[in-house]
Amino acid sequence: MEGVDYLSDERKKTQFDVEAMKVAWAGSREALQLSDRMAKLVANDPAFEKFTRPMMGRKELMKNTLRKAAHGWKLIVDLRLTEEEAKWLRLYIDEPAYTDLHWGMFVPAIEGQGTEEQKKKWLPLAQKMQIIGCYAQTELGHGSNVQGLETTATFDPRTDEFVIHSPTLTSSKWWPGGLGKVSTHAVVYARLIVGGEFHGVHGFIVQLRSLEDHSPLPGITVGDIGMKFGNGAYNTMDNGVLRFDHVRIPRDQMLMRVTQVTKEAKIVQSDVPRQLIYGTMVYVRQTIVADASKALSRAVCIATRYSAVRRQFGSRNGGPETQVIDYKTQQSRLFPLLASAYAFRFVGEWLKWLYMDVKQRLAANDFSTLPEAHACTAGLKSLTTTATADGIEECRKLCGGHGYLVSSGLPELFAVYIPACTYEGDNVVLLLQVARFLVKTVSELGYKKPVGTTAYMGRVATLMQNNCAVQTAEGWLNPGAIVEAFESRAARMAVRCGRQLAKFENPEEGFAELSADLVEAAVAHCQLIVVSKFVEKLQQDIPGKGVKQTLEVLCYVYALFLLHKHQGDFLATGYLTPKQASLANDQLRTLYSKVRPNAIALVDSFSYTDHYLGSILGCYDGNVYPKLYEAAWKDPLNDSDVVDGFHEYVQPILKQKVRTAKL
Amino acid sequence: MVTCDPTKWLVQASHKPKESKYLTYLRLAEAMEGVDYLREERKKAQFDVEAMKVAWAGSRQAFEVSDRMAKLVANDPVFEKFSKPMLARKELFKNTLRKAAYARKLINDLRLTEEEAKWLRHYIDEPNYTDLHWEMFVPAIEGQGTNEQKKKWLPLAQTMQIIGTYAQTELGHGSNVQGLETTATFDRQTDEFVMHSPTLTSSKWWPGGMAKVATHAIVYARLIIDGHFHGVHGFMVQLRSLEDHSPLPGLTLGDIGMKFGHGTYNTMDNGVLRFDRLRIPRNQMLMRVSQVTKEGKYVQSDVPRQLLYGTMVSVRQTIVVDASKALSRAVCIATRYSVVRRQFGSRNGGPETQVIDYKTQQSRLFPLLASAYAFRFVGEWLKSLYTDVKQRLEANDFSTLPETHACTAGLKALTTAATADGIEECRKLCGGHGYLISSGLPELFAFYVPACSYEGENVVMMLQVARFLVKTVSNLGSKQPVGTAAYLERVAPLMKNNCAVQTGEDWLTPDAILEAFEARAARMIVGCCQRLAMFENPEEGFAELSTDLVEASLAHCQLIAVSVFIQKLKQEIPGNGVKQSLEVLCYVYALFILHKHQGDFLAVGYLTPKQASLANEQLRTLYSKVRPNAIALVDSFNHTDHYLSSVLGCYDGNVYPKLYEAALKDPLNESDIADGIQQYVQPILKQKLHYAKL
Repeated sequence: MEGVDYLSDERKKTQFDVEAMKVAWAGSREALQLSDRMAKLVANDPAFEKFTRPMMGRKELMKNTLRKAAHGWKLIVDLRLTEEEAKWLRLYIDEPAYTDLHWGMFVPAIEGQGTEEQKKKWLPLAQKMQIIGCYAQTELGHGSNVQGLETTATFDPRTDEFVIHSPTLTSSKWWPGGLGKVSTHAVVYARLIVGGEFHGVHGFIVQLRSLEDHSPLPGITVGDIGMKFGNGAYNTMDNGVLRFDHVRIPRDQMLMRVTQVTKEAKIVQSDVPRQLIYGTMVYVRQTIVADASKALSRAVCIATRYSAVRRQFGSRNGGPETQVIDYKTQQSRLFPLLASAYAFRFVGEWLKWLYMDVKQRLAANDFSTLPEAHACTAGLKSLTTTATADGIEECRKLCGGHGYLVSSGLPELFAVYIPACTYEGDNVVLLLQVARFLVKTVSELGYKKPVGTTAYMGRVATLMQNNCAVQTAEGWLNPGAIVEAFESRAARMAVRCGRQLAKFENPEEGFAELSADLVEAAVAHCQLIVVSKFVEKLQQDIPGKGVKQTLEVLCYVYALFLLHKHQGDFLATGYLTPKQASLANDQLRTLYSKVRPNAIALVDSFSYTDHYLGSILGCYDGNVYPKLYEAAWKDPLNDSDVVDGFHEYVQPILKQKVRTAKL
Repeated sequence: MVTCDPTKWLVQASHKPKESKYLTYLRLAEAMEGVDYLREERKKAQFDVEAMKVAWAGSRQAFEVSDRMAKLVANDPVFEKFSKPMLARKELFKNTLRKAAYARKLINDLRLTEEEAKWLRHYIDEPNYTDLHWEMFVPAIEGQGTNEQKKKWLPLAQTMQIIGTYAQTELGHGSNVQGLETTATFDRQTDEFVMHSPTLTSSKWWPGGMAKVATHAIVYARLIIDGHFHGVHGFMVQLRSLEDHSPLPGLTLGDIGMKFGHGTYNTMDNGVLRFDRLRIPRNQMLMRVSQVTKEGKYVQSDVPRQLLYGTMVSVRQTIVVDASKALSRAVCIATRYSVVRRQFGSRNGGPETQVIDYKTQQSRLFPLLASAYAFRFVGEWLKSLYTDVKQRLEANDFSTLPETHACTAGLKALTTAATADGIEECRKLCGGHGYLISSGLPELFAFYVPACSYEGENVVMMLQVARFLVKTVSNLGSKQPVGTAAYLERVAPLMKNNCAVQTGEDWLTPDAILEAFEARAARMIVGCCQRLAMFENPEEGFAELSTDLVEASLAHCQLIAVSVFIQKLKQEIPGNGVKQSLEVLCYVYALFILHKHQGDFLAVGYLTPKQASLANEQLRTLYSKVRPNAIALVDSFNHTDHYLSSVLGCYDGNVYPKLYEAALKDPLNESDIADGIQQYVQPILKQKLHYAKL
């Protein structure tokens, strides 16, 4: 088996310049080099070995993660890595840890919501990790609805302090990562009570543990909330529970950039526009979309490589069986996911630009694009994370039985990824926000010009009226035809919802009643965004032989796959005839054949190390079976020929003595 | 693992002597105990729950047996399973061996019937070697052994003096049995077969119970006589010494490693097995259908090979029944927690809205609830189909076999795929807390998903259905379609007549529903046939159009599920309101599928967009009818809290105190300061990382 390298044959089939595609995927040559450097640094360091992770008990697992995090931080300090490099390093270590929350949530919260004075005090401590922080928002009984939080922060003017308290069981802080065992501090969100009046939910810096001996401070109950999905996955993270029993903190530990409480118990709103917070939200969601493309591309890389290695049926005259990647049923499930990984990558790149744009506008006090940017990022977060979670599981299934082995990497990837559908806004809640925005946009069309990703709504009359003109399968290979189809479908669905809503006397009631339809309209809108950003990307110059052509094929695959999957929408809105829908499906099949020779090169272009993939089925050289065989022997059950428990619990059965056995 | 007393832990962290954390906690817990959200919900039920339990179980006796066994397991502390996810692999496995032995003891001591024993094992809810022994090893001997072989091996197996497994799949070979590489070469001189693994990929891989427990296996191998290949057959091979349990010379045995999830299938010793020219006597080839004589002659007996199909139908019927069980567990958890959980919608500081009242939640949850019932009734129907097939086989009537085979293959694929997706959807419907192991849903998902791959991979199954459908249509002139394909005889009117529905209420007629599903399936199949005819090479066409063929198969299988549900409702179903509630679920199931696949219905021209939209509106109305009965409908599954093993799905709805309590039992909470803080976090905080030993 060692001699036969299936994948080298596959790699010879490539019709484009893989190195150039790597650059296109990474975003730029510098980005590729940086990412590659960090990936190799991690992959070559035995301290970051991760194969044994699923076999550890919880305590051992956690301890091992703390070790890796310390080693990672040591590297960052010793090698004087930049912030960007450190981020990539943590990504490739590929193990959720308290540092994610410290750098990803705690530090930005202080930066975004702290006054200059507060930043001066806390940021140096946090940046050197003299304190470690987390972000304590969600509660046992409260998730997405921040206004429903129950934890209270009551101002005591006599001592100039806030009293932080958990009045009910459901008010216990629940889920924050890094909270259970590691964090010394947290930004805690609580209902501000001044003079018996409620003044909204705000963030407070609260010290949780002694900086001397790490024990929880008086009045604080803190612990881990228990095991989560998967073996390693998020069990390396100490998601925590936290209860306050009248814990007092100085007044200046409320984050006061936007709202202040004075010594005299007066509430003062600063002139800092509250919209600034949206900037952070756009940033966070952009990161989530970029992560989606990473997670999906990992799964697709594993499934594609193994589909080229794996053979099933179709043997002729005793020859080898057919590579499963050559089956149309396999292609029709795998290639759309490959195309989606690229689509999400480019939409993530575009969101980076959007964030810069929003930041500049906010700095100039221009809030005009905010609602649209907010809806757009909410929708794309929802769309990409849902598709990625489903896509990872589909990739697992595409690997057949062996995908069920932890050593395939896919079970753990799924388990570690799926929270993305729930955190930072539950996906359905987010789509309803998009729907609300769409309905509003439609109803205001008469006097307000839609901007950005909703600009197409300005052409609603035409979009409602003109139907698809495609007459041949080739007719679908036209960006104009594709974009118009998606625009018409989205516009017609949004308008239709608007009309149905108008029949209700109480608009809120209508919104609740029609919410399932509204979600479908929102999905249509978001898919349009992804498709049109992919199309726009291809209008730019993309260097490298065959790179652009190959991406064009993927773009069509992505669009026509969606069109086929949702053909009900396109037909129901009357934009397509059944014949046109069927032509699109025919074209899709032809496109799969064009993807086929490039499939391995397209996943090689992600530039993933075997360490990062963490999958035997997806290993670069395709030498799967010997590695699978070898890995099996490392299971603890194989430590001995006769397993623990055999003598006590199986031997008595065989010897017909179970009756008298001590069980 | 050290047991951890949550109250102790809470007191530890308390620093206020006046009112300890423990008291606060108790007060909170008590306050919560008082509020039983679910009691209010149960009052809303519009049907007789006890009667529905019988309808779900299939009969009063079935209900009673299952209920008795469920309680037997739930009340026995040996079968505790909460701590399972926290155990490392060896400990986990040992614990499973203990439970299996204890169950064996119970079965003997209480003289349980075979039926009772099956339910007992089911409720223990932990995959182990006995599953393979009883469900694969024993039936293989029964089905493929000669009378002599049965006389020799069955008594040993039935008393468990030997423990067996079923070794078919190989490292490089799954669904395609003809592709297996293991060889059994006949040696005339010694009257033996030589079992051998010629390549790495020929290693037997996956069989449950094989790695560490089984003493014997039915091994499938290529029969070679005098250099000639005579097909794949089963051989009885001893794997381990009956004295000291060590692997016999000439074979290599081991576990294939961890699988998805914590407990789930990691309690099973799925194994790898390699032969190095291991010899077994000639009479250990299972010879009911084919024999090898002493002289090395290969002889086919007159036992019809079709008999093997009977077993296949039985196995697939079990899989469909299991699908309905797994889905009903997930739906039960998600439904109960959707009632407990509140989010947004608070008015004037009042409580937030129960999430089950959101239409978005209903439109995802209620179709799954309806699917659980649909699959339950399909499973029941398959049982009668199996009886029918058995009778026909005995009378040498093989006429219905192709149809039965296609029908069970398709229903296996349909129900397992929908169940796997449905469990994950239920997990998402529980919000963030569904991600906790204590919700029960991650383990249920990880445990369930193999059903999509084993006993025929789902897409491969759908392609078999498609092949059957295409053949049926092309033979229409000469051969009358039977059973679930009978509707294809009316293909002409089904192609021509379009839907007549004019109002939302019109959709509430079984005939309108049935006809829509028949027309869609028939038109999709005919469409495929027409396009296949354009290919010169039919096999090439089949490969090229395979995704369309899979879609047509799905349409056919959904039609079967819908029509079996409708048939069920034509029978008498006792109990106040039971039938009415099931009718609502039947419409929900059908109209949900219709909406989800409206592209099919529109593309074949059977529906107008207006009619599709009326169906969707009717679906919304139906959700409101399900709502008051939702809790009672999941109570009717009669699942114990032990079986559900979900804090979110507990019967009394007292979720949050239980969630809090469960958290405290995590090993990480044994001490305030976690292992590793001193070595790996303190050096960071104290800025001494540079000198730390990592």
